[in-house]
Amino acid sequence: MSKANRLDRRAVVASLLKDRKDAIVVGGLGASTYDIAAAGDHARNFYLWGAMGGAVMIGLGLALAQPKLPVVVITGDGEMLMGMGSLATVGLQKPGNLSIIVLDNEAYGETGGQTSHTASSADLVGVAKACGIADVRTLETTAEIEAFAASLQDVAEGPRFANVKIDAANLERVLSSRDGMFILTRLRGDLGFGPI
Amino acid sequence: MHARAEAPTEAAVEPAAESAASWPDDIFAVLQRFDVRQVPYVPDAGHSQLIQRVLASPAMRGIPLTTEEEGVALLAGAWAGGQRGVLLMQSSGVGNCINMFSLTQIFRFPFLTLVTMRGEWGEFNPWQVPMGSSTQAVFELSGIKVLRASQPDEVREVMEAAAGQAYGACTPTAVLLSQRLIGAKVFTK
Repeated sequence: MSKANRLDRRAVVASLLKDRKDAIVVGGLGASTYDIAAAGDHARNFYLWGAMGGAVMIGLGLALAQPKLPVVVITGDGEMLMGMGSLATVGLQKPGNLSIIVLDNEAYGETGGQTSHTASSADLVGVAKACGIADVRTLETTAEIEAFAASLQDVAEGPRFANVKIDAANLERVLSSRDGMFILTRLRGDLGFGPI
Repeated sequence: MHARAEAPTEAAVEPAAESAASWPDDIFAVLQRFDVRQVPYVPDAGHSQLIQRVLASPAMRGIPLTTEEEGVALLAGAWAGGQRGVLLMQSSGVGNCINMFSLTQIFRFPFLTLVTMRGEWGEFNPWQVPMGSSTQAVFELSGIKVLRASQPDEVREVMEAAAGQAYGACTPTAVLLSQRLIGAKVFTK
C-alpha cells in the first residue's frame, strides 16, 4: 500500500549520504540497513541485523566516544517505536554530533507490511521534541532532504531528529555484510583502533 | 535506606553508616584504572554512592537510561567508537536486556555490568524474588560470565578479575553485588 507523493527511501538515503565525508552511519535492522548498503558500502557503515530498538543507543555511544565526527542513525518507524525511551536518553545527553533520521513507511515492511503506530496516532517528531531534542522536523521534499544532509556535518548543534514519510513499497533487498565482527573491526580500524 | 545485613540494628540503618562503605570506592578505583569512560545506569540504591562518584568524575560520563537494554546497545556503540564502559543496574533490570545481550556475542565487545541483587538475603518485597532468582541463569544462558561479591573486603578483588577478563579478553562479564553486601532494603511506614 503506497500513499501518493511520498519520497523514495533509496533516493532519500542516497541524498543524505552523498557527501557524508567522515560521518559514521548506523543503520537500524531491516530496510534501513538495505538502503544504506544500496547507497554504497563504506568502512564507517555500522549495519544492524538485529537488536531492534537499539539503533539510537548505539549511535549515542558512538557519538559520545567520537564527539568530533558526525554520527548519523538511519532507522525505521518500527525500530524507533521499540526504542522510544532512547530519545529521552539522547535528549538528556544532547550530543551535538548525533543526528537521527526515521524512514517512516508507517508499517513493518520486513514482516509483511503490518500497520505501525505512526500510520494513525503516534507522532515521532512530537515524541523527540518532548524528550528534549530541540532540532526536530518532518522532511517532505527533496530540497528539504538536501538541506538536512548538509546539516549532518555540523557536530555542535545537534542532536537533531528528522522523520521522513516515505513510500511503503518493498524494494529489492540490498544485503550488507551481516557479520558483526567484520563491521565492528572495520569501523574501529578506520577510526584508528586496533584489535585487542 | 539499607541496613547492613550482618548487623541489622537501628544504628546500622543510619545513612551515615551506609555512606561510609568503602567498597563502592573500590569499584570506582578499578573502573578508573581500566580507563572506563561511559557509565550508563538505571539507578539503584545499592549503586548510589558509585553513581555519585561517576557523576563527579571528569573522566567518566554517567548516562541515565530509561531502561537497561539501552545500556547494552550504548556500550556496543562506545566500543565501536573506541571507549570502554560499564552498565550499572539492579537485578530486576537484567531481564529487560535479554535480546540486547545478543550484541555481546555478535560484536564480542568488552561488556561489563555491575548488578546489585534484590530478591535474596532477607528480601521483604516478594515482587523482587522471581527476577532476582533467575538473574544468574539469565546471564549464563546469554553467554555472559558471572562473578559475585558478597563481602565488602572481596569487592576489589572480584572487580579486578571482572574488569581484567572483560576489557582484557573481551569476555562479557557480570558482577553480582549480593544483597548481603548492600544490605536488605528496609521498608518502614
